[in-house]
Amino acid sequence: MEKQTKNLSTVKNEPSNAQKRPAATFEFDRRLIGRSRQKDRLLSVLMYSFLTVTALPIFLGYAWIFVASFSKGLTWGLIPNGLTIKHWRFLWQEPAIAMPIVWPVFLNTLLLGVGTASLTVAVAAPTGYALSRLKMPGRSIFLSVTLILHAFPGVSLLIALFWVLQSLHMLNSIIGVMIVNAGLMAPFSIWVMKGFFDGIPWDIEMSALVDGANRFQVWYRVMLPQVRPGIFAISIFSFIMGWSTFIYVLVFILKKQGWTLSSYVYAILGGWRFVDFGFLAASSVFFIIPVFLFFIFTNKYLMKVTIGGMKGGG
Amino acid sequence: MRGFSSFKVFLFFLPALIIILIFFFIPVVITTIMGFTDMDYRFQWNFIGLGNYAKMFKDFLIWPLWAEGKMARPNVIVNTFVYVFATLLIFNTTFGLILAILTTSIERRAGTFFRAVWLLPRFTPPVVYGIIWLALLQPTKRGIFNAARGFIGLPPLDWISAHPWAVIVVTGGFIGASMGMVIFAAAIDSIPEDYRRAARVDGAGWFQEIRYVVLPMIRWPLMFITAYQTLSLLTSYEYILLITDGGPFFASTVWSLYSYKMAFDVYAGTYAYGYGAALSSILVVIGIIASLVYWRLFKLKQLIVEPKIEVD
Repeated sequence: MEKQTKNLSTVKNEPSNAQKRPAATFEFDRRLIGRSRQKDRLLSVLMYSFLTVTALPIFLGYAWIFVASFSKGLTWGLIPNGLTIKHWRFLWQEPAIAMPIVWPVFLNTLLLGVGTASLTVAVAAPTGYALSRLKMPGRSIFLSVTLILHAFPGVSLLIALFWVLQSLHMLNSIIGVMIVNAGLMAPFSIWVMKGFFDGIPWDIEMSALVDGANRFQVWYRVMLPQVRPGIFAISIFSFIMGWSTFIYVLVFILKKQGWTLSSYVYAILGGWRFVDFGFLAASSVFFIIPVFLFFIFTNKYLMKVTIGGMKGGG
Repeated sequence: MRGFSSFKVFLFFLPALIIILIFFFIPVVITTIMGFTDMDYRFQWNFIGLGNYAKMFKDFLIWPLWAEGKMARPNVIVNTFVYVFATLLIFNTTFGLILAILTTSIERRAGTFFRAVWLLPRFTPPVVYGIIWLALLQPTKRGIFNAARGFIGLPPLDWISAHPWAVIVVTGGFIGASMGMVIFAAAIDSIPEDYRRAARVDGAGWFQEIRYVVLPMIRWPLMFITAYQTLSLLTSYEYILLITDGGPFFASTVWSLYSYKMAFDVYAGTYAYGYGAALSSILVVIGIIASLVYWRLFKLKQLIVEPKIEVD
């Protein structure tokens, strides 16, 4: 019980049993218990087929955006009639009436992603350390509150956040969305960082303190380099979250200068769905590429961080 | 050793305190207060007492009972229940569990691959995920599901109009299943191998091994997912907004989406922030209660231990 809840707050990589298990044990077990090989094989064929068939919409859907972005037209949903790059024209010209070239929008999105990540780290790294190491009044209350907020659905506060940003004159600004994102990521990231700091032995810190460093120096010079994997994890996670932000961008950014790729692609989708298939698909591919790359290179990492992820299950 | 005043300790907390104050606490308070006003695009705090709640009661409880024409008023409460519980039971728990069991039963690398495939939607920008589903569900014969229907000689189907509930449950479920999958798979992986081998030696088949060894040991994560995901399903509407836009008419509008639409929908054009906030307040209250229940239920306090050594 306790082990599981701990897994939820830390991202530590413990080798699982399956990794430690030598390949030969299966063979050994089989001989020992006389389970038939045919039956095992049939079972595994069934399992693979089930997994493949149920994942088919995912495979087809992602295949569709890639294929459609380069095709003149599609028959049977997925087979191109000819290749073209005209759907990618948003990279070098204004692709349609009232649609800007993509680069300023791309920069906004990048800014939102990087800003969200930096801000999240800036909030979580000192707080995680303090919660892990320093004694102060209200510490356990603070911990409880962040843990409760972790479960609390931030999106239900949308209207109030709109009012707050409006009062702070931060509507239509990427920075506003960035701060909201960081706020929503904060409880989760603080816990992740605390978990990483908890995992660092005290000796290192002690020796630095004995050598005359103060707490801030210890944190900055000694501890931060130790928890680099944690910082990396929450940066990627919050970068992707910032890069993909949809609802907050839709509501908080109304002027075109502040558009991110979410607003851009949503505008192509428009009130009347699917006017220009190819353009829609190409811009989606463009939007998803960075996430895709991050995902391929870090999905093991993300898989662990997701365990405590805030993103709604819906 | 140098001392460290509590003021300096406080500095470590400052960024987090500010951000949590501005983006959680103040909004909770504002949502609640705003729920008692009829605020619109002019942003005036004009208190109308329980007006919004009376309206809500009339809209959702009295009207649907009287209205014979089903489309006359949105039956948001029913939609919300169907969406939350169907998604939760079919996808987030059951299907997540099946995925976790299967991906831990097959060869390790293949298992990791399938888990990555199922996680992909979660990390896809919502807009792109929505577009992917719209491509799959297109009502014309260009749609991918309709192409599949075409193969067996069936006419194209307008999936969203024909089965609005199924669409929101499945599209939400494809995101939702991965969270359960990851947590269950981690739990299954951490079951000591000896238990499973002991069962095998005693003659258990694969199904019995799952039923009598694995399932009892992951009761805890199963409870966690159920509780946690109920709350997030109740408040998430991004994907519904993108894929069905709550339609046709209000057939797939859930509570949280309704609140969003009252406040921000350009086409509805109501800009009823006060009413929207009142609708949200209900979710906020449920959210707070649920969070406190989790707190007790999952004994989260155990996670909070005092620092072992304190140098100050």
